[in-house]
Amino acid sequence: MNTSLLLVQTLNGLQFGILLFLVAAGLTLVFGVMDFINLAHGVQYMLGAYFAVTFYALTGNFAATLLLALLAALAFGLGLEFLVFRHLYARSHLDQVLATFGIILFLNHGVKLAWGAAPLNLPIPTWLQGTIPLSATINYPVYRIAIIVAGLLVALGLYLAVRFTRIGMLVRAGATNAAMVSALGVDIHRLFMIVFGFGTMLAGFAGIMIAPILSVEPGMGDNVLILAFVVIVIGGTGSIRGAFLAALIVGLVDTLGRSFLTDLLRPLLGPSPARQVGPALASMGIYLLMALVLILRPRGLFPAVGRQ
Amino acid sequence: MSGKVDGSSIRHAVSARLSSEWLPVLLFGALLLVPILAGFFGNERFAASLAARVMILAIGALSLDLILGLGAMVSLGHAAFLGLGGYSCAILMHHGIGEASIALPIALVVCGLFALATGALSLRTEGVNFIMITLAFGQMAYFTMVSLSQYGGDDGIQLGRRSTLFGLPLLENGRAFHLIVWLSLVATYLLVRRIAGSRFGRVLRAARENPVRVAALGFPVLRIRLTAYVIAGIICGFAGFLFANHNAFVSPALMSWQRSGELLVMVILGGLGSLHGAILGAAAYLLVEEWLSGLTEHWKMIFGPFLVLVVLAGRGGLADLLGGARRE
Repeated sequence: MNTSLLLVQTLNGLQFGILLFLVAAGLTLVFGVMDFINLAHGVQYMLGAYFAVTFYALTGNFAATLLLALLAALAFGLGLEFLVFRHLYARSHLDQVLATFGIILFLNHGVKLAWGAAPLNLPIPTWLQGTIPLSATINYPVYRIAIIVAGLLVALGLYLAVRFTRIGMLVRAGATNAAMVSALGVDIHRLFMIVFGFGTMLAGFAGIMIAPILSVEPGMGDNVLILAFVVIVIGGTGSIRGAFLAALIVGLVDTLGRSFLTDLLRPLLGPSPARQVGPALASMGIYLLMALVLILRPRGLFPAVGRQ
Repeated sequence: MSGKVDGSSIRHAVSARLSSEWLPVLLFGALLLVPILAGFFGNERFAASLAARVMILAIGALSLDLILGLGAMVSLGHAAFLGLGGYSCAILMHHGIGEASIALPIALVVCGLFALATGALSLRTEGVNFIMITLAFGQMAYFTMVSLSQYGGDDGIQLGRRSTLFGLPLLENGRAFHLIVWLSLVATYLLVRRIAGSRFGRVLRAARENPVRVAALGFPVLRIRLTAYVIAGIICGFAGFLFANHNAFVSPALMSWQRSGELLVMVILGGLGSLHGAILGAAAYLLVEEWLSGLTEHWKMIFGPFLVLVVLAGRGGLADLLGGARRE
């Protein structure tokens, strides 16, 4: 193991963590404020990527693609909210799981029908192509740096919005006690819609940003959704700060584990067992981390303040 | 077992739910006779295979109903036990142990231990966190199997043959296998029903309604829930063992989280907490799948919205039990 490879994989881990944060932030907000478990959140991420592919084919311009795809993701999310989700807020979690599972089935196959089952690609915009030299021998893609920067900016914006705006105050209040917020005369349904739309857009944004470096394919949101759940459990439900830190931890643990665990185990176990145990253990890494957090801090590392 | 004799009021309410005594009998009769009836129309293999799948997944759905219907534990990682049971069977056979009387106990112990470990952790939380954590542990098992390349990894592993029973290749015979699966289902149904009616089952149900009060009465709520979770895991592992034998093949797809979702759907379709409902639900799900996938390859585009409508319409299941009472 050498340091430049470590540096590259650390950056990859950060980039992955940022991506998870964008998905988990929306999920934890929606869950925190509305007590609504939305399995279809991963589908929003997938749709963001598909919208990006379509709009890029139409416009050929990445900035325009980003804007249009974000709007499309927002419109789609609000449409779903209007048609289905708002009827589920008062229901049991089991109902929410089932209905949003149905939506996943529909949309995962819907994109196959609309865009075909084959993986699609989106080119990296020309002004973000190329690499940055990290050392004499190692280069790092500019685009991945751009994802990290964009994600950090979103995180900062989100922090400022939640901390200092009126909506943000209501979101924090809602995460603590939604019924009380409603009783104080706030239009809770409007707040729900805003939070939901915003969460959808964040997931869509993650999908759009990742589309140039991953293949866009049906079901791509499912794994991200589950990792986002792990992030939320580790970070503490309803907590944006927790989601941010936990997402970075999960991203780093997963990426570094996959890259280096086999090498680290080799002196301990010998080459052949290490090659078999390493990948299995690496793929379990974040779940073991989650188990550890649950044992030590059942409510997550950074639970939202005052949450029951 | 008869609900009329020991007629406390709770027991009566329970037996009202579990009842329609004739319905389970009819159901079991139909499942037993499927291959023979289908034999008259010449497609016995297909019908028997479908019936076996229904019965095996019904065992899985029954085990989920035990924790979901009675305990209100919404597990979204239950298919992990199907996979663990199946993989135990396949891996042991891979290493030359194809004897069910040895392999099956090992498989059940594996599933029990996994349920004990993950259950003890998951049950530290409630509600949505429990859903997310069971999902995450299910994925953990899934990705572990994907990464074990010596057992086929993503592609899965062929069994080559079915398990032997006491040294005899009993399961190779289609009719015998059908009968064994059928007996397994009946036994599972009676067992789960027995558990549901027992003192243990009542406390489990009481803890579903009001865990604080049950704890105040001196019952160890966590331990009771964990026990139910382990029992359910073991039963579902048994279903996985049968599934591996039925297909002579296991792959990580058996334990994907979509499969866990399907098990949930079966239980809900059939009617939460009504045990024969879980069997009905499994049958309905697989028949609808068979029918719709014959119509179009995108059958899930029809099934997804159907599921949403079932939930939005909000009444409880094919067995049309429970439902409104619990949804305040």
